[in-house]
Amino acid sequence: MAVKLIVIAGPPSVGKTAVVKQIIKHIKRNNGAPAYLKVDVVVAFEDIELKEEYNIPTKKVYSGDLCPDHMGIMVIRDAMEWAEKEGADTLIYESAGLCLRCTPYISDSLGICVISAVFGTHAPLKMAPMIGLSDVVVVTKTDLISQAEKEVFREQIRKVSPELDIIETNAIQGTGMQYLMKVIDMQKPMDDLNHAMLRGIPPLGVCTICVGKKEIGWQNHFGVIRRLEDDDNIYRGE
Amino acid sequence: MNIVNDEQLLITVYPGYTKTGEPEGFESIEIRPGDIITIVGPTGSGKTAFINDIEVFAQRDTVTGRNVTVNGGVPPESFVRDPANKPIAMITQNTKCLADLTVDEFLDMHIIARNNKECNTCEKTIELANRFMGEKIRGEVRISALSGGQTRSLMIADAVIISQAPILLLDEIENAGIFKEEVVNHLKKLNKAVLFVTHDPYIALLSDRRIVMRNGEVTAVLEPGDSEKEFLMKVSQIDHTLSEIRERIRVGEVLGGVAFGS
Ligand SMILES: Nc1nc2c(ncn2[C@@H]2O[C@H](COP(=O)(O)OP(=O)(O)OP(=O)(O)O)[C@@H](O)[C@H]2O)c(=O)[nH]1
Ligand SMILES: Nc1ncnc2c1ncn2[C@@H]1O[C@H](COP(=O)(O)OP(=O)(O)O)[C@@H](O)[C@H]1O
Ligand SMILES: [Mg+2]
Ligand SMILES: [Mg+2]
Repeated sequence: MAVKLIVIAGPPSVGKTAVVKQIIKHIKRNNGAPAYLKVDVVVAFEDIELKEEYNIPTKKVYSGDLCPDHMGIMVIRDAMEWAEKEGADTLIYESAGLCLRCTPYISDSLGICVISAVFGTHAPLKMAPMIGLSDVVVVTKTDLISQAEKEVFREQIRKVSPELDIIETNAIQGTGMQYLMKVIDMQKPMDDLNHAMLRGIPPLGVCTICVGKKEIGWQNHFGVIRRLEDDDNIYRGE
Repeated sequence: MNIVNDEQLLITVYPGYTKTGEPEGFESIEIRPGDIITIVGPTGSGKTAFINDIEVFAQRDTVTGRNVTVNGGVPPESFVRDPANKPIAMITQNTKCLADLTVDEFLDMHIIARNNKECNTCEKTIELANRFMGEKIRGEVRISALSGGQTRSLMIADAVIISQAPILLLDEIENAGIFKEEVVNHLKKLNKAVLFVTHDPYIALLSDRRIVMRNGEVTAVLEPGDSEKEFLMKVSQIDHTLSEIRERIRVGEVLGGVAFGS
């Protein structure tokens, strides 16, 4: 395997695709060959748009009833092989960006967390896992706030993770992106798919509601359950 | 600020392209501490884009394609990326702050971001802001509840006292109802480079250099010197008269008696 994986996470409409476009332009300028995968819940247009605009291999997967980040983990191995077959040297995987808990980042890849400067001061703390497990945070829409506010927002991100690489940008124009491109250029291809692992800790998927049982009340369920008077969750084997 | 001495700081702006893609005409524009510069031109002519290029240290990566150097070289990465080292403070046209914090909390966080180690910085900032503005700001008020003028005053005071940047960029500060003369006079005393984007003739005449913009392009850099001295005096009088009338109207007076020229 000689393909780099770039995982882009971030809540809906923060500017993930705008960042992706800057990355694609950069890779193509350096005669590289990017491919693109979008995983979303019910609807996405990026695959068509990016194929038309940049003439690169693109794909999309809808997760429907599944968690989109889990769907990403399911299909990413095949997607890496697909990208290699298409002759790509980099696969850019844009997540749906909903999960703030286990997050879609994978080892041996570059995890980019995109957040928007207009989110307000508490957002970075609320998205701590998505930020903390990433390699680089890209703050978009800095054109819409004052410099002092931008600097305060940056400080708030550093509270989550003091050593993180933070890149501030107007993603539409690509301002400040040269710093992101340096990190991307340094990223190594993922040489062995068998070694790649989900970075975050998966959620406790041990509840019978999650596997489809519809009855109500703890009496009807196994796994992690809770009675009204309990102080904490308990585990019941069967 | 530790990489380059503030006093010796030299920012040079090199030309990019007009909105219609032709190369810009000027050779280069140099900015040093102590320079008072205004940027004039019609709405949409690229005034904000020009100071924005300076704020982000454009490396041909903005819409204008301009290039900005620091002391003749590529700006050090920490200038661009670490607020504690950034020699520039910009007051944008946005007069809204979205942060969900009180004024005190906001300033305290900015003090940490800028690594400012002086005492009572927060109080001093609010005190200075209140000199630029009629309605007083209080530290316990949410920053999102401030008026446009209060936010603007606070940001200017923040730039002076917290950021302590040797270069200040101010975008149309006259529009938010602040005491612009107070602001300009205060800033002129500080030996900083100050760039005002402005439509205000009085502010324009108070500067040493005027950058004229059209269609996204710098079309002229003027240094009128003493030749405009008479105009400055005249405009200053008119401006004072207008301010007086404005204040009287604001407090609900009906104007009577002899008008101008009395
Ligand atoms: N002003 C400004 N607008 C931006 C910036 N980045 C993105 N936008 C705008 O924000 C909107 C959403 O951007 P997208 O790139 O589609 O966001 P996304 O994260 O890919 O969205 P989903 O994939 O649908 O979750 C678009 O209208 C962009 O033009 C920025 O830096 N500044
Ligand atoms: N040299 C240029 N090339 C391309 N677009 C430009 C250029 N200068 C300005 N613009 C764009 O033109 C628009 C108006 O510019 P702006 O700087 O906001 O004008 P002003 O502040 O003078 O009203 C903005 O969208 C800006 O990005
Ligand atoms: Mg998108
Ligand atoms: Mg403007």
